[in-house]
This record gives sequence, C-alpha cells and structure tokens, in this order.
Amino acid sequence: MSELQLSPLHDRHLAAGGRLAPFAGWSMPVQYTGIREEHAAVRERAGVFDVSHMGQIEVAGPDALSLLQQTISNDLATVAVGGAQYGLICRPDGGIADDVFTYRLGDQRYLVVTNATNHAADLAWLRRYAAGLEVELSDRIGDFAMLAVQGPAARELVGGLAAAELPPRMRAAQSTVAGVPALICGTGYTGEPGVEILCAPADAGALWDRLLAAGVTPAGLGARDTLRLEACFHLHGNDIGPDRDPIEAGLGWCCKEATGFVGSAAVTAARQDTTALRLVAFRIEGEGIARPGNPIAGGGEVTSGTLSPSLGVGIGMAYVPPDLAAPGSELEIDVRGRTRRALVTEKPLYRPKES
Amino acid sequence: MPDPIPADRLYHPAHDWARIEGDTATFGVTWYAQDLLGEIVFWDGPEVGTTITLGEPYAELESVKAVSDVIAPLSGEVLELNPVLADDPGRINESPYEDGWLAKVKIADPAELEQLLDAGAYRELLG
Repeated sequence: MSELQLSPLHDRHLAAGGRLAPFAGWSMPVQYTGIREEHAAVRERAGVFDVSHMGQIEVAGPDALSLLQQTISNDLATVAVGGAQYGLICRPDGGIADDVFTYRLGDQRYLVVTNATNHAADLAWLRRYAAGLEVELSDRIGDFAMLAVQGPAARELVGGLAAAELPPRMRAAQSTVAGVPALICGTGYTGEPGVEILCAPADAGALWDRLLAAGVTPAGLGARDTLRLEACFHLHGNDIGPDRDPIEAGLGWCCKEATGFVGSAAVTAARQDTTALRLVAFRIEGEGIARPGNPIAGGGEVTSGTLSPSLGVGIGMAYVPPDLAAPGSELEIDVRGRTRRALVTEKPLYRPKES
Repeated sequence: MPDPIPADRLYHPAHDWARIEGDTATFGVTWYAQDLLGEIVFWDGPEVGTTITLGEPYAELESVKAVSDVIAPLSGEVLELNPVLADDPGRINESPYEDGWLAKVKIADPAELEQLLDAGAYRELLG
C-alpha cells in the first residue's frame, strides 16, 4: 500500500481537531466535532468541506467538445462558456465508470471534475478516445485544492469575501476570494445552496482561515455523506458503478443518446427494459438503520444507508424490483438478520428550508 | 481527551470492560471503542434473562457511520440493561465507564476472569 496523499489543508484539519481517515488514497477528515453537529451547521448556516482529493482533467483544443461528447453521457454542446453540467462516463456496455461535473471554461476549454478513486482510470479512458483528435488533455489534480462551502448562508458568507458577484447555480467564473485567485462554481453535493472553490494548493490555507473567520464551520466527509444521502445524490462506488447502468440508477435524465457517447446503445436498450431493478430512496419506519449490502425481500439490496440527522430516522437508497419502486411501496430490509420495514419515498428525502 | 481506563475493572481486548461486584458484573465499552465508533445513535441490547457467552456478540451499537457488535467480556445471564440508553444512547459516548454502562450479568464461571486484562495490560494493548 503506497503512502497516503495529504491535502494542502492537512495542518488546518489537525488544528481544527479533524479525525483523519484513508479515503481513495488520501488522508482526509471524516469529522471534526461530530457528524451530526457538522451536518446541522450545513443545513442551518454554512459548512466548508475539503474535497481536494477530487480530480480535475482539463480538455482543450478544437476537438475538445467532440472528445467530451464521445466520452460523457450528457450533451455539452448545450452548455455555454461559464456553464456546468453533470454527466456520466460509461463503459460500452452502459456500466457507469464515473460521474463527473464538467465546467466550460472557454470556447474550446473544459475542466472535468472526477471522483478520486476513478481519476486515473478516467484520464486513461479520455486519452484513449483522444487518439487522432486535435485535443490537449492535462491532468490538473495537483494544481487545485477544492473547497465546498455549503448551506443557506454559504453564498452570502463567500460573497462577502469575493471580488465579484458569485456565479449563480450551475455556473462557474474565475474570480478572487479572500485575495486568492479561484475558480468559483455554483455547485455542490449537499442539496443546499453554495459554491465549490478551486484554487492553487498553496493558497488553500489562507482561504480556509478566512472562511472559518467568517463563521463557516469545518465539516468532514462523514457529514458530506449524510447530507448527500438526504439530498439523494448518488455516490459512485455505492449507488452507481460499472455493474449498474444509468437507467436503473435513475440517471437517464443526464444521458443524451443522440450525441452517440460510448455506451449510448446500451443505454437506449436499458430504457426499454421494464424488468431491471430501480434505484429508490427509502426511509425506515421505526427503529433501525439499513446499511450497504442489506438485502431486500423480493430482490435487490441497499447501496447507501445511514441515520438521517435532519429527519432522525434511518434513510437510504436501494435497488429494488420494478413492482416495489413506486413511492409508497413497503420494503422489507434484512438488517443483520432482523426485518426492518421501510417506505419508498420521493427524492429528495430532505428538501432544504426555503431561505 | 485521554482514555482514563479505570483501574477498578477488567478489560476484554475487543474494547469492553467488566466491573466485578461479587457474583455479578457490569459490562460496558471502553472510551477507545466509543471514540472509534463516533456518535452512537442506537443501542440494541439482549433480552433480560438470556445467556451470553464470553467472546460472542451480545449487543449492537449503531453510530451515524457504522454498526458494531459488542463482545461479551464474560459469560453469564443478563440481569438488567441500562434503562437510560433507550432514550439516550449518546450517554455511551459521554460516559462510557459510568453512566453509559450497558448490562449487568450474573457471572457463569469465575474462572473466566483469568482471561481478561487489567487496566495496565489494556493500556499496553492500545499502545
């Protein structure tokens, strides 16, 4: 096992009492004061997550769009400069190799944000399809620290430190925050308003300090997981992976087969398949917390499960047969030998308060 | 916060403690165990009257991030469960050695005490 990579904010995590754990080859903070407290800070005010382990690939050149249309499931031709879009990297059989956010930085310049675990494979995959195209691929993972500031007050607090107005949701802009040059993106993974900030690793500490001084709470990957699950965002490796196709995962909305992306034929076929399992959100009725791998009576299994700090009950996502997939369906989940009842629920499981 | 590891009881390497009072014992988990688990949100204990066995799981502790078996440090019959834990399992985090005790057990075989660690040996185990 090779040595763990340290975040550029490693000393800040130690100073904030962060509990570090290995995550995708990185040593990252799972929590500082406690998952529930950090979760509540994000739902009620603002929290900052160090997500510097996430990868970035820059794609530039006359054929940049053509390469991305081939390798990412969504339609980036519809995205203007300064826009952002969620999409999937699929295998030819439709299996989901990764889910990525792509920012259009210029007319012929894009930044693809990858999951840490899949970054090297994504890069290799893009390189393979880039052969013969007029496109330059750069691995930018070492060039960026990445901070996600999320919560109802996040935009106001970051806005107070920024040189220019923050880009709206799903838009990105180059600007300055706390004197630090940064790419600011109106995106996140918590269901709350907020921004993700990419800056030079050497600048990350100063930015972190200013965010904390402004009243933003450090939040770890533990709270990030409970927040994203309440918002019903997929976690690659749990809810989606090479053995799941976008349709069973409920991600058909970000697959535009007309672009002819790798895997599009399989996705078209999957749309016709009425027997495949479906990914649903559920909440446990009564006590108990289902965990990944817990089987469902009638077929399927839980892929994410936790206690919802906002709702105070067990929640999760599970693949279930089509006849159990409608909201209101009763699930029986085998939680370590004990049957727990759960109700299939509309996504998201938690909707942020109107602010 | 350092783990106090009280000297008035015995320890099982699976991070459980047993405080012996005559032929009964009070069980709990150590500070290290609750710290590793994080915020405990559910506790699922055995029925009073059931027999539990040294080295076997007798309860589950569920934190936000994971579920964990609790291993019995001794064999015996369950006499009583900590009544405060049903409503306030977080007591295990706050006070693992006192208010957050889990169960009282009638000791089946006093010879088993020989297999447990004293506070010094448990501290050594933690390194």
